[in-house]
Amino acid sequence: MKTILFIAAVGGLLIGAHAVQAKLNVVTTLPDFGSIAQEIGGDNVKVTSIARGTEDPHFVDARPSFIRMLNQADVLAEGGADLEIGWLPPLVNGARNAKILADAAGHIILSRGIRLLEVPVGPVDRSMGDVHPAGNPHYWLDPANGKVMAAQFAETFSKLDSANAAFYQANLRKFNERLDKRMAEWTKLMEPHRGTKVVTYHKSFEYFAERFGLEVASQLEPKPGIEPSPTHIHALIPRAKEHGVKLVLIEPFRPRKTPHYVADSIGAKLLILPTSVGGNEKVKDYFSLFDYNVSQIIAALQSPK
Amino acid sequence: MKLKNFWAWSSALCLSASSLQAQETTEVEQLKKQLKQATESFDKSLQEHRKTIEDLNKRLDAVQKQQQAASTNQEQWKRMMETRLGDAATSAPPATVMESRPWRPTDPIRLAGRGPNYINLSLDGLFAAGTSTANDIEELQLGGHDPSQRGFTVQNVELVLDGAVDPYFRGQGNIVFFLDPEGETQVELEEAYLETMSLPANLQVRGGQYFTEFGRHNPTHPHAWGFVDAPLVNGRFLGPDGLRNPGARISWLAPTPFYSELFLAVQNSQGETATSFRSAGHSHGGEEEEEEIPLAFRHADNDRGIDDIGDLLFSPRYALSFDLTSSQVLLLGASAAFGPNSRGGEDAGSTDTQIYGVDLTWKWKSPRHQGGFPFVAWQTEGMLRKYDAGAFDWDENGNGVADEGEVVNATTGLPAVLGGETLTDYGVYSQLLYGFRKGWVAGLRWDYVTSDRGDYERLPLIVSDGAGGGDPLGRDLMRAQRWRLSPNLTWYPTEFSKIRLQYNYDKRNGIGDDHSVWLQFEFLLGAHAAHKF
Repeated sequence: MKTILFIAAVGGLLIGAHAVQAKLNVVTTLPDFGSIAQEIGGDNVKVTSIARGTEDPHFVDARPSFIRMLNQADVLAEGGADLEIGWLPPLVNGARNAKILADAAGHIILSRGIRLLEVPVGPVDRSMGDVHPAGNPHYWLDPANGKVMAAQFAETFSKLDSANAAFYQANLRKFNERLDKRMAEWTKLMEPHRGTKVVTYHKSFEYFAERFGLEVASQLEPKPGIEPSPTHIHALIPRAKEHGVKLVLIEPFRPRKTPHYVADSIGAKLLILPTSVGGNEKVKDYFSLFDYNVSQIIAALQSPK
Repeated sequence: MKLKNFWAWSSALCLSASSLQAQETTEVEQLKKQLKQATESFDKSLQEHRKTIEDLNKRLDAVQKQQQAASTNQEQWKRMMETRLGDAATSAPPATVMESRPWRPTDPIRLAGRGPNYINLSLDGLFAAGTSTANDIEELQLGGHDPSQRGFTVQNVELVLDGAVDPYFRGQGNIVFFLDPEGETQVELEEAYLETMSLPANLQVRGGQYFTEFGRHNPTHPHAWGFVDAPLVNGRFLGPDGLRNPGARISWLAPTPFYSELFLAVQNSQGETATSFRSAGHSHGGEEEEEEIPLAFRHADNDRGIDDIGDLLFSPRYALSFDLTSSQVLLLGASAAFGPNSRGGEDAGSTDTQIYGVDLTWKWKSPRHQGGFPFVAWQTEGMLRKYDAGAFDWDENGNGVADEGEVVNATTGLPAVLGGETLTDYGVYSQLLYGFRKGWVAGLRWDYVTSDRGDYERLPLIVSDGAGGGDPLGRDLMRAQRWRLSPNLTWYPTEFSKIRLQYNYDKRNGIGDDHSVWLQFEFLLGAHAAHKF
């Protein structure tokens, strides 16, 4: 009898503990997704991001601590489109958490619902470099896609925590209004520079360029994921000069030497632009990511050489 | 009685039914006629509908093709973006473009990546070329997939298949092909297992043929090694092909604030991939060759088979990991393997092996890494083996005479009689990998293995030449001290290929110094399984 009482008491405690844990535990692969999740979830969610904003999102280390992080998650939001294919699958497999398995309600693949650029037409093979068969996965750099991602978070949070569905929907409306307003401002600021030609290191800035009217003339990488070769660089420089390329854009984690050389050779400016929240200390959330990048570009284009 | 009644009634019913039929023949024919008409009109309208559907399908295809072509057009793209923007604000996200259209037979079948497929398939080829000053390269290199001869070695051509079996299991198979030094193609079932995906209570079960979770190197496939060859301690204690066997494993992710996981594996204890256990031998391919002097100078004749659960191989492991800083990770582990061995004469009694191991992995990766570079990774493993060697009488044919090839006690001139004893061996390796720029890794590994001298190594033993003389034995070369230093340099053009140059300085007590140079190259086709930490 005593044993039964004890088991009942322990069971009660466990159930009680479970009920008290009301906050949704949200793990996102990139801090950008985390920033949006926080906007939608507010105080009802606890958000952790796996990758840091400074690192190459394709090559994050599959640290054992992430297994434990995912083990406790209610929601996992990944970018999808093969962005995290090199490191996320063994973490999810090791996490033994049914809530975040593929097709579980708590597993958000953010690229679903986003129209991806550069979806390859025809057969793909690796002689083309690291071409993602689903399309270019760096879509979060178009703020318009932020709204699609936010809608996915609101939908998932509302489903998993239906008591607060109205709260999440209200946050979504607020987020969208705020983003619309800011997007109008950024677009207005960038308007005079529409058509500016840029060279990037990797195809990371395609969505940003589409949104704000920059023209990506070429990449320093001869093929996606392949390091710049002297042949490619020396063919690129005269072409870029001819096209009047004004800016060379690179992510914070790229080596500086080759980009500097190219920028100097074509008389362009080298800008190190964060591609993720946390990419530098000024970029603290999804809004400041664009604040910073837009202001950097405008400052570079306005200042005399 | 009841049965009879039943028959009577049912035959009566049948009769009456047939008489009814006869009466209603005209009505039936009328109905048939109507039915025929109805069928004909149905067929006609069906054909019409089919035609409509086909036309619609054709139009849909044409429109989709137009849209695809248009999506590359910037103007069209922007228009779509604007319409989508309006949608996003008010409703749920639209369905994925990729998924809105079902797969059609004309589409390419994709086997790489996470496309519409049921299996990830890849082929990894690992080759080596080089030379060594050693005349016994197969003895020098302890790993079954190490470069094993002057010239070229096909180390490991591995076919990997993996995927979700159903909502409950994940499956993986690794089939290895290689050429032995004689040029024969060998096939190994390296791994084939299924693993649960969502058991309750943080548990995970794996079953099938798999690498034992012993330390860091053992469960790693040759493709992911930082060096051309296997560490000496792994080759000696866990065998040329690593410790792997059919069995089951349960692991538990502990609810600690840091990562910590407990594994317990139960596997068969026999076969060539259970070297320190009920394996027939110790040398290459697990087959102890006749002319070779076996481990502990005695044959493995003491195989008792499986009588109870204690005759299986048990391997527990506990691993824990901390993030020291945002760019430094520490992983610690303790492993063990317990099981019977068959070393000694037929009635040598219960002979067991215990292997204990500790491992440490420390890794720094730059917070601004590009493609995973730069990084520094330090990995060290130490192992201790306690090995019961059963009593053994070399006079196997019972003639009491020192025959040629038998081990003989030089003092008595008679076939040696070895007593049972427990042998203690130690081994360690420590390796440092420095990825100094994207695609480039410099490595340095130090290997050391040794043992306590056994009683049998103190005896004045010789290998009889059958004429009263023979070669003295002394220290057991399978347990003697040796060390190796291996610097190397690897270039990864992409994560799907690599070229590695490695130099080995080997010092074997009782044999001497050797120098080896190996050039390794690798290609990987198909799906690239993500790397574990």
